[in-house]
Amino acid sequence: MRVDAYLIPVVDGVAYGLLLAIAAAGLTVAFGAGGVLNLAHGTLIAAGGYIAAATSSGTWPSLAAAVALAAIAGAAGGGVLAAATAGLRGRGHLDQALLTFGVALIGGDLLTTVYGPDTLRPRLPATLEGTVEAAGHRYPVDRLAVLVIAVLVVAAGYVVLHRTRAGRLIRATVDDRAMVAGIGVNPRLVDAAVLMCAGALAGLAGALSTPILGVGPGTADTALLLSLIIVVCGGLGSVPGALAAALAVGVVQTLGVTSFPQLAPYLLVGAMTVVLLVRRRSLPGQAAA
Amino acid sequence: MSRQAGRGVAEALTTWHRSGSTWVALGVAAAAVGVVALSADAYLHATAARMLPLALLAVSVAVVTGHAGLPTLGQVAPYAAGAYTTARLALAGVEQAAVHLLTAAVAGAVLAGLLGVVLIRYRGTVFLMLSLGVAELTAITAAQWRQVSGGTDGLAGIPAVRLAPGLPPLVADRAVLLYAAAVALCATVGAVILLGGERRMLLSAVRGNEARARASGHRVTAYLWAVHTGAGAIAGIGGALLIHTHRWITPADVGFATAALALLAVVIGGAASLPGAAAGAIAVLAVRDVIAVWLPGHAPLLLGALFVAAVYLLPGGLTALSARLRPPTPSRRPNHVAHASGSPARPTARSTP
Repeated sequence: MRVDAYLIPVVDGVAYGLLLAIAAAGLTVAFGAGGVLNLAHGTLIAAGGYIAAATSSGTWPSLAAAVALAAIAGAAGGGVLAAATAGLRGRGHLDQALLTFGVALIGGDLLTTVYGPDTLRPRLPATLEGTVEAAGHRYPVDRLAVLVIAVLVVAAGYVVLHRTRAGRLIRATVDDRAMVAGIGVNPRLVDAAVLMCAGALAGLAGALSTPILGVGPGTADTALLLSLIIVVCGGLGSVPGALAAALAVGVVQTLGVTSFPQLAPYLLVGAMTVVLLVRRRSLPGQAAA
Repeated sequence: MSRQAGRGVAEALTTWHRSGSTWVALGVAAAAVGVVALSADAYLHATAARMLPLALLAVSVAVVTGHAGLPTLGQVAPYAAGAYTTARLALAGVEQAAVHLLTAAVAGAVLAGLLGVVLIRYRGTVFLMLSLGVAELTAITAAQWRQVSGGTDGLAGIPAVRLAPGLPPLVADRAVLLYAAAVALCATVGAVILLGGERRMLLSAVRGNEARARASGHRVTAYLWAVHTGAGAIAGIGGALLIHTHRWITPADVGFATAALALLAVVIGGAASLPGAAAGAIAVLAVRDVIAVWLPGHAPLLLGALFVAAVYLLPGGLTALSARLRPPTPSRRPNHVAHASGSPARPTARSTP
């Protein structure tokens, strides 16, 4: 029994961490490639969650439509942000970040206006609402499904990023923009594509997390804060770093919330502070020592 | 040789022009407060007085953003420290204004100093990102630390402040307004003086080319930490004013919306100008209160729209507007124009590569 009390939260934490990794991967790549700090990222995650919760009505087709719509809406949001920040290209990254901050405030207000101030949860097909017994432990089916889908998405993301031309171009842009321009690819196009993909992933992450966490007015802020912690701890622009950090954050957050709810936010920020203070490799925004 | 001399004269003229306009702006602010105080409308007095804590918070953000070149949302933390310290002192029976202001300033400075140890190592958007975490944590702490903050219900019925032990408490709206305006003006003037002269040049050098400033033997980290800590003291005083003008506090008063509003005020007012930031805060609050009448509950929408509009339409803020509208005179003073438009005080100059 003693093990059970920790095993289940750890599995939950891994599932949550994978969702956070899906959400944060786009954010970290967008920052690494184009230098755009997207403070509206949490709003895109919340939008995906709201759309999924409103679309899914308990049938399989509606569930599939919910996930697809959330991803499409996220991509559209990313496209809007790409167009809006491209207009400020000559003015530096801070103005772009402030613009996304304004967009986040507007988007958050619109979402609560449309979907109301309550926490929403989607209705799932009956199969997903039950529990399953594995190795003597009972576990909810919907969480297991989310875990499986998250593993698949992360695996697909790895393949795209490392085995396709598009993925290599994205990684190359993070490493050396000028060289990418030198081989005849416009790095700004890559920036826009990355922002759209990041938006789609954010929408997807939002849709996948609603059955477990629900979606409410606080979702955007929490998601943004956790994503930023992951991006900072994982090293800006690094997808493997973000994955590792996301798993750690997911487990710490889940264990922390169940064991000592008051301290959970400080645990994460404390961990981030330690990482920032002890890390040898400097971040792009760090001052020379 | 003559070109260098010309550049020196142009810089001196620019500095004089800037500091001159700062004093003019402060004079206009004092006159505006006087006009409001002369009117007979007590509601106007109360409304104006309640804008001043946020104006001081915006000044604090402008010090960090414009002078240290570090865009921040995190100054709500020392603001909250100052506010809750003052509230606790007043509830414990200590009612002297000087004690409140001094303790709040120290509380704000200590907290900003501690936060600065970690934050000062970063620049540009990464600093903004980390300060956003500070703002979120401030709101969480204010809601959770019930023994100090009273939880989400907040603290109400805080006794009014007294200027001196024998004097009656400050409860009349006009008196509160005059008191708050005097404190806010003194704090701003103090900051303007402290950031003037050689220190302004040093910080300008740090913003313009940090590597070169370091190579010249300047202790850049220590300068920025000192500015961040000093700005914390200003924010702490702002927090004390929040208690003195409102006499209640909830976590929402030191929440994320307040942090966003202060940064917006700086974006609108121009990061380099402390009175500009204060004026920006008052303008944003006034617009928000007007809009709230016919679109209740949509403050974030308006705040966001103002943010987007300010970023697109006002690069460098309102205070840079006159410089941008002025026709360039390249033959006479080439450096003046370059300096005004590409001002190192603009935080955009410090973005991450």
